[in-house]
Amino acid sequence: MATQATASVALRSSERTAPAALGRRTRLLAILGLLVLLLVVWEGAKWIGGDPWRLHGSVLGIRIDYEHFPPLKWRIATDLALPHVWDIVGAFAQPAQRNGPPLGQVLLGNAVFTFGEALVGFAIGATLGLALGIAFTQSRTAERAFVPYVVASQTVPIVAIAPLVVIFLPVGWLAVAIIAAYLTFFPVTMGALRGLRSADPRAVELMRSYAGSPRQILWKLRLPAALPYLFASLRIAASASVVGAIIGELPSGIPYGLGSSILNFKQYYVSGPSKLWATIIVAALLGLVFVGLVRAAEALISRGRYRRIDT
Amino acid sequence: MTTQPTSVVEVRDVRKEFGESSDRLVALQDIDLTIRSGEFISLIGPSGCGKSTLLRLIGDLTTPTSGSITVNGRSARQARLGREYGMVFQAPVLMDWRTVQKNVELPLEVMGFDKAQREQRSKAMLDLVELGDFGRTHPWQLSGGMQQRVAIARALAFDPKLLLMDEPFGALDEMTRERMNLELMRIWRQTGTTIVFVTHSIPEAVFLSTRVVVMSARPGRISRIVEIDLPQPRTVETREHERYFEHVTTVREALRRHEGSDGPPDEAEIMQIRAEGLA
Amino acid sequence: MTTFAGRRPASFGFRTRARDLAPVVAVFIVGIVLWEVVLGVLGVKQFLLPRPSVIFASLLSEWGTLVEGLRYTAIEAIGGLAIGSVVALLTAFATARWVLARETLVPVAIAANSMPIIAFAPITNNWFGSENAASRMTIVAVMVFFPIMVNTVRGLTNVDASAIELMRSYAASDFEVLRRLRIPNALPYILTAFRIATTLAVIGAVIGEYFGGPRQALGIYITGEATLFRFANAWAAILMACALGIGLYVIVVLAERVLLPWHASGARGEPR
Repeated sequence: MATQATASVALRSSERTAPAALGRRTRLLAILGLLVLLLVVWEGAKWIGGDPWRLHGSVLGIRIDYEHFPPLKWRIATDLALPHVWDIVGAFAQPAQRNGPPLGQVLLGNAVFTFGEALVGFAIGATLGLALGIAFTQSRTAERAFVPYVVASQTVPIVAIAPLVVIFLPVGWLAVAIIAAYLTFFPVTMGALRGLRSADPRAVELMRSYAGSPRQILWKLRLPAALPYLFASLRIAASASVVGAIIGELPSGIPYGLGSSILNFKQYYVSGPSKLWATIIVAALLGLVFVGLVRAAEALISRGRYRRIDT
Repeated sequence: MTTQPTSVVEVRDVRKEFGESSDRLVALQDIDLTIRSGEFISLIGPSGCGKSTLLRLIGDLTTPTSGSITVNGRSARQARLGREYGMVFQAPVLMDWRTVQKNVELPLEVMGFDKAQREQRSKAMLDLVELGDFGRTHPWQLSGGMQQRVAIARALAFDPKLLLMDEPFGALDEMTRERMNLELMRIWRQTGTTIVFVTHSIPEAVFLSTRVVVMSARPGRISRIVEIDLPQPRTVETREHERYFEHVTTVREALRRHEGSDGPPDEAEIMQIRAEGLA
Repeated sequence: MTTFAGRRPASFGFRTRARDLAPVVAVFIVGIVLWEVVLGVLGVKQFLLPRPSVIFASLLSEWGTLVEGLRYTAIEAIGGLAIGSVVALLTAFATARWVLARETLVPVAIAANSMPIIAFAPITNNWFGSENAASRMTIVAVMVFFPIMVNTVRGLTNVDASAIELMRSYAASDFEVLRRLRIPNALPYILTAFRIATTLAVIGAVIGEYFGGPRQALGIYITGEATLFRFANAWAAILMACALGIGLYVIVVLAERVLLPWHASGARGEPR
């Protein structure tokens, strides 16, 4: 009977779906395939409906002279709207401004700056979120009273708050970090709440039978139980903090960071569309990198002690 | 109900293995079993003896590595496609979003019965399990025992000749369990279905069955089949019958002789349980 | 996670609902009163955070413009939500079917969701023209696509193994399994995703407008008024945007009550 119960518990608590049928290598190859497909569609659209192709140059010592006049005219596929993939890649190596350092270098520096703001915001937001989660777990009334506001807070468009925060805090980057924290604390609060609640009520009773104080129950039972949910929400929070940092930079007027690059290249878009695309790609990669760091931290901390909850 | 002497299920020389070449696990080996129409067969044995696997082989939810299984003269697969058996698991596996009545009607919907037939049959089945007034309730509003009764009603809704039950009362308390045993006996008498019943409980096996199949583990095989010649119908008095205790002892000894003790599952058994869960 | 029989849903009595709402309302009233009094007494930089009464006055005086702005932004948010969710649902159904698709597209979607999609706003403005609502609708559609798709796939595939075995024992076709098991199972997941999606839609629309948009858009109005230091107006517009977000969220919650009366969903869904 015990083993049958174990089996059914195992079925319930573990993944109900069939285990991953594809090996890691196959999956990696398939994802690469997807990227290749994207590139093909991109250039394919330009081939069919873009601006005339005039490629004259040499690649790795091989001379290329290729001209092509696409039969259709799609507004979205012009060189202005959709630069060639190689133009975007090439833009990284070229100077961002006249006689300036290459774009790649500029963007990297700005990315690091934005990352710093995002990281600070993430730390603040995660701490606040966890604190709120713990507070709401301890007091049902507090939860009922404040959770709707927590939810409503996310509907307030931060772009409006941002100028106010910037004026309040003369330290530019801190204001941006606060804005990043604003976007971060919500998912962490929800994740913490869910995770702390997920502790088996029977285990809680067991702790009470040991005359465990609420604090001990929190530390020894609820927090460890909350870890998978917490990490799932931290991954969301990580990407949200990057978004928050970039958005926060826009009204702040700070000359650094990816936000300022976006504004800059948006203004001069016509003279160099590839630069804006390059910036956006870097911003996207920053989000991915941050989430990857959180995953790595999770792997380190959990060390196979529990199954990760995928979000 | 007409008692036909023909066999309903024939298991011939069945062997079931799980896993890849390096860690192959032999779950079942040399299984020969004939189940006659109208019988009540219990499969009992320690963890990892393959009793659930055997049940699922009969139900074509997994296939044997070698050997054959015929149900009513057809292959297990054809029997499944022909909707000839019903299944009841340990968990009721009811759908929260359907009322009790609609839950019972689920197989009928899948099998294409029309609305009038569905309603008629589901009402009849719910009456059979004495939940006639609960058609409009939802599963979560019922106790564990009642949910299992709904699961049984559902399994019988399309009048299968064969009912496969995998520890259906395992999650219930002892008193409810005994009551459900009596209920099951009544249902069995009224419908005349052949039942194959997996259990961990020796008293339950002896009380319910016409024959008890005792299995042993590592590898899973049938160690003994005990004929239970207690009078029918089985009632509350049956548990006081002197032959009852004798049979319980016989089964217990058969279990003990062929297996050390029902200790905690080892790695191989856990693998088997997992494999059974995913196969 | 499926909710197979055994869990009790939250009670729906009217008295319970009143009890639930009381703390929220209480906080609201206390908050407003405090705000009004404290600022009035301290005379803090009022031009940044005006008293509620001042904001309310702006709300009334600018009502016409604000409603127009709300309408415009709402179209972007709801339009993008509609497009994004339809595409997401279709993709999810197609993806859930084949393991190869599932194991590649879902991780890619999760990764893509980590990216600041809002950064593409200047690009879509370039494609459609910044005066065109389609520009923001595209951003919103992409933003809501990922959470809805991933959650729908999860809902369609996270089905109790026993339930699938049961359906197999009925010799049910794959379509039957989809129709009778997977789709009802997925509904809670889908609606949870919609809760997130509605918030994203409003944020995406308003912030997308920051990168450019017609004069009547709410986002443009907010930043415009802020630049002119007319913060009371800006806050009044922020309230309108909030109202839009909350309104959409409430619609989802109501839909949940209607479609999932059997499900103890929402933030209170876990066993206590």
